[in-house]
Amino acid sequence: MSRIRKITQMKLFLPIFCMILVMLINVVADVAMGKVHWSFFTISIKNGLLYGRIIDVLNRGSEVAILAIGMTLVVSSSAGTDISVGSVMSLCACFCCMLLAGYGVSSTTEFALPLIVGVLGCLLMGCLCGAFNGTLVAYLNVQPMVATLILYSAARAIGLLFCNNLIVYIRVPTSGLSIGYDIFGGYIGPIPTPIIIAAVCVAIMTLVLKKTAFGISVQSVGINRKASRIAGLNSQRLILLCYIICGLCAGIAGLVASSRITSADANNIGLNYEMDAILAVALGGNSLGGGKFNLAGSIIGAYTIQAITTTMYNIGVSSAQAPVFKGIIVIIIVVIQAPPFKAFMANQRAKRQQASGKEAASV
Amino acid sequence: MSPFSGVIHLQKGCMNMKKLFALVLALCMALSLVACGGSSSSDTEDTTGDVSTADSVEDAEASVAADTEGTTSDGSLITVGFAQVGHESDWRTASTQSCQDVFTEANGYELVFVDCDNDSATQLEAVRGFIQQEVDYIIIDPIVSTGWDTVLTECEDAGIPVIVIDRTIDDSDKYAAWVGSNFTTEGLAAGEWLNAYAEAKGIEISGILVIEGTTGASATLGRTEGFQQIADSYGWTILDSQDGDFTQDGGQEVMESYCKSYEGQFNVVICQNDNEAFGAMTAMTNAGVSYGEDGDVTLISFDACTAGLEYVQQGLINADFERNPLAAPFVAEVIEQLEAGETPETEIYMEEHWFTYDETVSSFTVDGAEQTVTVVTDEVVEAQY
Repeated sequence: MSRIRKITQMKLFLPIFCMILVMLINVVADVAMGKVHWSFFTISIKNGLLYGRIIDVLNRGSEVAILAIGMTLVVSSSAGTDISVGSVMSLCACFCCMLLAGYGVSSTTEFALPLIVGVLGCLLMGCLCGAFNGTLVAYLNVQPMVATLILYSAARAIGLLFCNNLIVYIRVPTSGLSIGYDIFGGYIGPIPTPIIIAAVCVAIMTLVLKKTAFGISVQSVGINRKASRIAGLNSQRLILLCYIICGLCAGIAGLVASSRITSADANNIGLNYEMDAILAVALGGNSLGGGKFNLAGSIIGAYTIQAITTTMYNIGVSSAQAPVFKGIIVIIIVVIQAPPFKAFMANQRAKRQQASGKEAASV
Repeated sequence: MSPFSGVIHLQKGCMNMKKLFALVLALCMALSLVACGGSSSSDTEDTTGDVSTADSVEDAEASVAADTEGTTSDGSLITVGFAQVGHESDWRTASTQSCQDVFTEANGYELVFVDCDNDSATQLEAVRGFIQQEVDYIIIDPIVSTGWDTVLTECEDAGIPVIVIDRTIDDSDKYAAWVGSNFTTEGLAAGEWLNAYAEAKGIEISGILVIEGTTGASATLGRTEGFQQIADSYGWTILDSQDGDFTQDGGQEVMESYCKSYEGQFNVVICQNDNEAFGAMTAMTNAGVSYGEDGDVTLISFDACTAGLEYVQQGLINADFERNPLAAPFVAEVIEQLEAGETPETEIYMEEHWFTYDETVSSFTVDGAEQTVTVVTDEVVEAQY
């Protein structure tokens, strides 16, 4: 009994519980529709590649998971959200494809510049956008939502300019040792590359948080900016750094998204991803009011969102009704994690225990 | 006063410097944006040549005032105002180009072109600008389908006939004609072609998967309805129909899921535009499903953009059903009829092509009308937008 309570009181219990809950919907649906019962969880190797719904969730959820890393830091340090990440993804992807294909080229079968230049350019552009947002927020005290609104609306348009209003296709396939543009959204061996990229990003961030005082400093700035400064932390520089990391994450996510389709589709890459990233942070049990944060929670939140989408496809909910189902699931998850609901549950449990205690006493 | 105020005071000088620096940074960014915008507009002017192009309504007014003085009164040039949606895709660019090619001075027209950048307010403003300039005809590709009655009444009061192209206007009928694609016919044609193709090749259609376009879009509705009719009449099973949002990524994700849900149960995939088809192809390759002429799955796509036709030529997409962007010649016909005092038909459907890899099916009938297919060759790909 006490062990169960220990588990339920762990910080990550609710986010993980919600994710499992979403996945169990599939099991129930599969049983109801007479399919193989655990088909959702089956992983096999097909055509030399990892294959299965769980792989899809991990693969497709990579972009939001990467974005969630940066978004968690931004939310924690500045008590606001960066709503420009989706547009910045698109901008970085366009910049990368412009470098690799050359300006004004709509389709190419060979790189105009080495792949590494494109990748570095893409990541640099992400950092630059992050620095722009961060400067506005940290040094000019602009509200985060307003500051990032600028790039939210402008970045996509700038991306279109880079691409000369075209969809730039880079049809350089990976073959043997020569690496093509599809590598970041494709497969390395049997494993989808986005999963590897997301895992590396999470690992690096976890190391930084574990080995340095960065995480504690960010939380401190988020809880009280002034007090942190007086205590000797450079609040402004820390907030700027968080936004730069967020921009970098958007750059990486943009690279993955664009590599998946081996093109820069300025109008569609990263569309509405900012909302998913913010939702991931919230589903991970983090307060959007800043301060303490839990990175693992945000990552789980990101995969929960993808699990919902994959579930919709698996169950075969018609496309017109899917958003309604998604909404219902999100509401349930949010309610389960809401403090008043938790307090209510704790209260009920205490009452039950009291009652059973009384019974025991009367016996 | 707090004991820390002295410290804060000391930092103030340095803070101001930083703020100034930040401000300069922000300004630089803003200025570079403006610079980018400027260069792009000059680009479009370069490419459009002799046609009078205007980025804003004000420019358009100025250019018309200068150019058309006296020309409309003696009837030598017909002034046409065109409020285009924007420039979001190759298809749209082809549509714009079509108008600029047809409404030239050599053909007796003066075109006032406004690119509305997908902003419906700009479009209403553009149409009002046309009325003030007293153009002879107004062409609108409506960004939104509602909210048009007031401005179309204004056009009517000014005696300027309006011709709607491509997208539709739902809440007003005060326009002379609509020219566009019949999406339902495209769906019907895809169905009838599939039937003829399956018969010719001896394929038994076991299951059909549809990747729909954006929910509620007129292209989605028409193509779904048309194909559904044929599927019902031949008793085909449509296993599933999901929204791929007209994007490559959307098509790929839906197809990845289909490959798992309906493994080995399907042999036809219908994608409602080319981008979705590209995504579906990647997903099927990864899942080890073969498609196209030499594969197990027959892949059908719509729109027929250049990249799509290249895949048809390679035999990876079996058939591609066109949505014709070249509306201008049909609009010119309507204008000629109006000039001659005739009443044009209110709904005009453009002629469209059905592209295939080879002549397995050379012709088929839709609603009793004979349809011929176009086999994709290098010239066909070249000629497509």
